[in-house]
Amino acid sequence: MNQPLVYLDHAATTPMLPVAVEAMTRQLTGVGNASSLHASGRGARRVVEESRETIARVIGARPGDVVFTSGGTESDNLALKGIFWARRAEDPRRTRILATAVEHHAVLDPLHWLAESDGAEVELLPVSSEGVLDLDALRDSIARDPASVALVSVMWANNEVGSLQPIADVVAIAAEHQVPVHTDAVQALGQVPVDFAASGVDALTFTGHKVGGPYGVGALVVRRDLAVSALVHGGGQERDIRSGTLDVPAIASLAAAVEESVKHQHEHAVRVAALRDDLVRRVIEVVPDAHLHGAPAGPLRLPGNAHIGFPGCEGDSLLMLLDARGIECSTGSACSAGVPQPSHVLLAMGCDPDQARHSLRFSLGHTTTPADIDAVVEAIGPVVERARAARAR
Amino acid sequence: MKVVAAMSGGVDSAVAAARAVEAGHDVTGVHLALSRNPASYRSGARGCCTIEDSNDARRAADVIGIPFYVWDLSDRFHEDVVEDFMDEYAAGRTPNPCLRCNEKIKFAAVLDRALALGFDAVATGHYAQLRTGADGLIEMHRAADHAKDQSYVLGVLDQQQLRHSLFPLGDTDKPAVRREAEARGLLVADKPDSHDICFVADGDNAGWLREKLGDRAPNHGGDIVDATTGETVGSHTGTYGFTIGQRRGLRLGVPAADGKPRFVLDIEPVSGTVTVGPRERLAVDHVSGIRPRWCGTVPDRVEGTVQLRAHGAEHRAVVLVAGDRVEIDLLDPAEGIAPGQAAVIYDGTRVVGSATIASTRSVDGAA
Repeated sequence: MNQPLVYLDHAATTPMLPVAVEAMTRQLTGVGNASSLHASGRGARRVVEESRETIARVIGARPGDVVFTSGGTESDNLALKGIFWARRAEDPRRTRILATAVEHHAVLDPLHWLAESDGAEVELLPVSSEGVLDLDALRDSIARDPASVALVSVMWANNEVGSLQPIADVVAIAAEHQVPVHTDAVQALGQVPVDFAASGVDALTFTGHKVGGPYGVGALVVRRDLAVSALVHGGGQERDIRSGTLDVPAIASLAAAVEESVKHQHEHAVRVAALRDDLVRRVIEVVPDAHLHGAPAGPLRLPGNAHIGFPGCEGDSLLMLLDARGIECSTGSACSAGVPQPSHVLLAMGCDPDQARHSLRFSLGHTTTPADIDAVVEAIGPVVERARAARAR
Repeated sequence: MKVVAAMSGGVDSAVAAARAVEAGHDVTGVHLALSRNPASYRSGARGCCTIEDSNDARRAADVIGIPFYVWDLSDRFHEDVVEDFMDEYAAGRTPNPCLRCNEKIKFAAVLDRALALGFDAVATGHYAQLRTGADGLIEMHRAADHAKDQSYVLGVLDQQQLRHSLFPLGDTDKPAVRREAEARGLLVADKPDSHDICFVADGDNAGWLREKLGDRAPNHGGDIVDATTGETVGSHTGTYGFTIGQRRGLRLGVPAADGKPRFVLDIEPVSGTVTVGPRERLAVDHVSGIRPRWCGTVPDRVEGTVQLRAHGAEHRAVVLVAGDRVEIDLLDPAEGIAPGQAAVIYDGTRVVGSATIASTRSVDGAA
């Protein structure tokens, strides 16, 4: 292809930052198992612990809180299953897990599994038409039987529509009943201010490839005094709750990416939000009945997220037509065998199945330029027209 | 041209897509998701429609170097093909869902969507040949490989559909297609051919119908009656388990007087009676068809041949057309002709059109 690629799917994965590539490649040529006792092993261990300290410092945690994992899905599984099992072992009455209806599948699917296979009672709490948790529903659900709640899990920011959740309120409500809170902050870190200690959450998931780090590495930040049962048994490398030889190059790269993205979070957010606002405004100028889903642009929405509904279109037709023009985005919904399903997030926000299929998610990131926005604005009119014609058949 | 290559995940459609690229077209691979629950369709390497098939199609598109998408047509497929299949069996007929799928899905829903999205044609891995006739119309002919010829299941396509269709394999035999797939590095080269009906998971038609039809079945049992003696010779668990000409699985309690095998001659869904009799009484010399579909100009009269089932023999015939009715006199009588199947009419190798078989007349005069 000779046209430049317009990559607007940073919420799926974002290009690695140069500092992260550099940190990784530097370690790739070294040797040393971080669990070995000789000099090479000690060298590897030192890189891991310095990385842990860097991450702890920039996200407001203590180094001992940071448990390295293979990424967001593993961190979510570890938090949900590990905390649920440990809490229920302490008190068998603790069988309930509360979460929002708009969580990522890495949270929803472990919860379904716990409900089906392990006797958990999972309650998915309703959200507003902007995709924000109904705090009264949370309050009522806990108050109904506080002693039975093992865990509350609420994402920091929604991956599809970009709405931020009221984490401070969730923590305050749960704290009244000494219920621990987990948050999936995969989309939030580096995009909005995230401080583990200040937030008051007990466990927090993040992953490397959404902050300019590598794939296949992430962490669960979890308070040291909270018991967590292990999912992966073996050498006990990470606090005995996560085993497996530590991936030194990936961890070094993760730390570099987290440090860099958090350091520049504010200026990144201001720049990207301005581009996003420009995109939304100009797309609606071209397609007047297009509309933004989720929280309004502002402090309660991820700066890079533009989730736009195009009435009368199929999201996958739009995606294909834009792809053919070198513009890459997402329908934002889960796929099975590549078949787009209506988004559970939009359905929970009160959209009907048709509305839930007519959307595109453009997610902007650190490489996005004004020229990318111009390209979308230029293409979107004819693309929507085509997709509408195809839909009318 | 901008071409959608329908890619099932099998070897034929993969080679067809590669050939379309080589012919200079701008090709996009599309896998059709036809099942609402992919796990329920035929699994492994036998059919289409499973997640594995979707992945096989995706890998073939990667190797060919074309974009690839999955189009979800499961609702349309269920409505137009699966429901129709059940209705037809419930009415005592024997439908051909592959024809129905070609008529309503592949060369209708998919083609319409492709044209609306800016494509010019749909390419598939069917074995049939297209040529432009002297009158400028597109003609469809049998494939060069008569053993693999699929013009029968395409006999429902009209001129408009044919104008936007590409069958790149029509001039090649199957072993050559497999060799070509291998030479092109397509991993599906040795994938077995698909058989049977894709949405009937284990090939057990009667069991599938029993489960799915439920209360819609006209009966869940009845008598099997011998046409020669009028005697009840057995019982069954639903007329939808039978097709005209069937010999196996009748489980008759009373042997025939002449000791010869008996065949299903008639299915009567309302009374639940299945009539059986000797092979001679299966022979028919006249077929009445409805719902005709013509590939080109509508004929009044055709002296040619007809094919009355998939992979069936050709019968010399004289076909008279009167509006929506097609009357076919068979010069070579045919056996075991089931209402609901298609009669595809040929002039030499050229497909003239098709009709759905409504009724037949036995050689011995019975309707």
